[in-house]
Amino acid sequence: MKALVEIQDLLVRRGEHPALQMEHLAIQNGEVLAVVGPNGAGKSTLLLTLARLLKPERGEIRFNGIQSSAESDTDYRRRIALVMQDPLLFDMTVFDNVASGLKFRGVHKDELRSKVPLWLERLGVGHLAKRRANQLSGGEAQRVSLARALILEPKLLLLDEPFSALDPPTRSRLLDDLGTLLKETATTTVFVTHDLPEAAQLATRIAVIVGNRMRQVSSPNEVFNSPADEDVSRFVNHRQAK
Amino acid sequence: MIFDLEIFQITLLSLQISAFATALSLVIGLPFGTLLALGKFPGRSFLLSIVNTGMGLPPVVVGLFVAMMLWRSGPLGDLRLIYTPTAIIIAQVVISFPVVTGLTAAALQALDPRLILQLYGLGASRIQMIWMLWREARLPLLAALMAGFGSVISEVGASMMVGGNIRYQTRVLTTAIVLETGKGEFDKAIGLAILLLVITFLVNWALTWIQQRSVRR
Repeated sequence: MKALVEIQDLLVRRGEHPALQMEHLAIQNGEVLAVVGPNGAGKSTLLLTLARLLKPERGEIRFNGIQSSAESDTDYRRRIALVMQDPLLFDMTVFDNVASGLKFRGVHKDELRSKVPLWLERLGVGHLAKRRANQLSGGEAQRVSLARALILEPKLLLLDEPFSALDPPTRSRLLDDLGTLLKETATTTVFVTHDLPEAAQLATRIAVIVGNRMRQVSSPNEVFNSPADEDVSRFVNHRQAK
Repeated sequence: MIFDLEIFQITLLSLQISAFATALSLVIGLPFGTLLALGKFPGRSFLLSIVNTGMGLPPVVVGLFVAMMLWRSGPLGDLRLIYTPTAIIIAQVVISFPVVTGLTAAALQALDPRLILQLYGLGASRIQMIWMLWREARLPLLAALMAGFGSVISEVGASMMVGGNIRYQTRVLTTAIVLETGKGEFDKAIGLAILLLVITFLVNWALTWIQQRSVRR
């Protein structure tokens, strides 16, 4: 498999302190990489750096073999899509919300009319197209937020704990649906979570970040059965015990 | 009171001047307020506190400074703007610009800061991001517009000082009320005051309707 994203010798600071240090990480085309770790470990920093919403102090990020700084932030970001912990829907209808990213890219209205209902259906919220975003439940809103990202058919999908605010049954259904969709579309995904079973269910590989450094990247089984060091082992056992 | 041509002319001039001044304040205040809300540069807090102070500027003080600037012997005296409607517009912009700017900054700062990340994360350019934030904050922004209009349609000190209350030229509703009161013509003054109140109400009613329509939609 060819790497879609390759990170080399990365250092990101937030304020005075290093928020993330990473020697090397390759994200393969089509894979779902779950990023796990304790709170404040640097998981979201990785995601925001990949979205070019944080500037690294040092290091290189290659996207499809090309150094990411070779193109403008907007051009780069138009190949990715970001879904955050809260749906952060705009104060407009569900249809308009899902169409927003395509509108930023100047997509014609006819294409919006054909694509948006399709993606709303795929996420199971087709019946909500005309509803205002503020009239949705938490689960519905997160489905709309996912549709808004997936409709862009991004080369890289970035998910920042998108299920953490949902109740367990809603979360479980959404997780199943998203897993199916990601498989169908073969979308390369980086998925930040602190929920190990969730990571294991969705991910091809798991990256463990502890203390602002990446400690291990391997298959879910390997992370659970052969943790790379004490910190990873402590994190995995602590989380599994919960 | 008879609604004669003069009163119609005074009313029209009041509306024209205040609408133009408010529109100009919006054109300058919206981008400046956005810069103050979203920008990261040294002196931003200081500028914001100056703008916030400016929201309470006494119109007579504004009138004094604008008059000094536009006075024949003043730095901009050659423009011959003193005692013209343009002079009143300049003074009114100075009064309403901080109101629009300050309320714009406050409206944008009240939004969830993660919205910016989300918009960029969906591929918005900087201009698209700002447009979407304005859209998200449209209710308080319309309130800023109403406050800006309210601050100028009702002010009298600056209009009197830089406009001179010249009949058929720079007399507006507020200065006409002052004049009629000074002459003891209370029935005329009351009539003009009611007219001013009705106009202010109608403009704000229209803006509130637009604002509330977007809430319901």
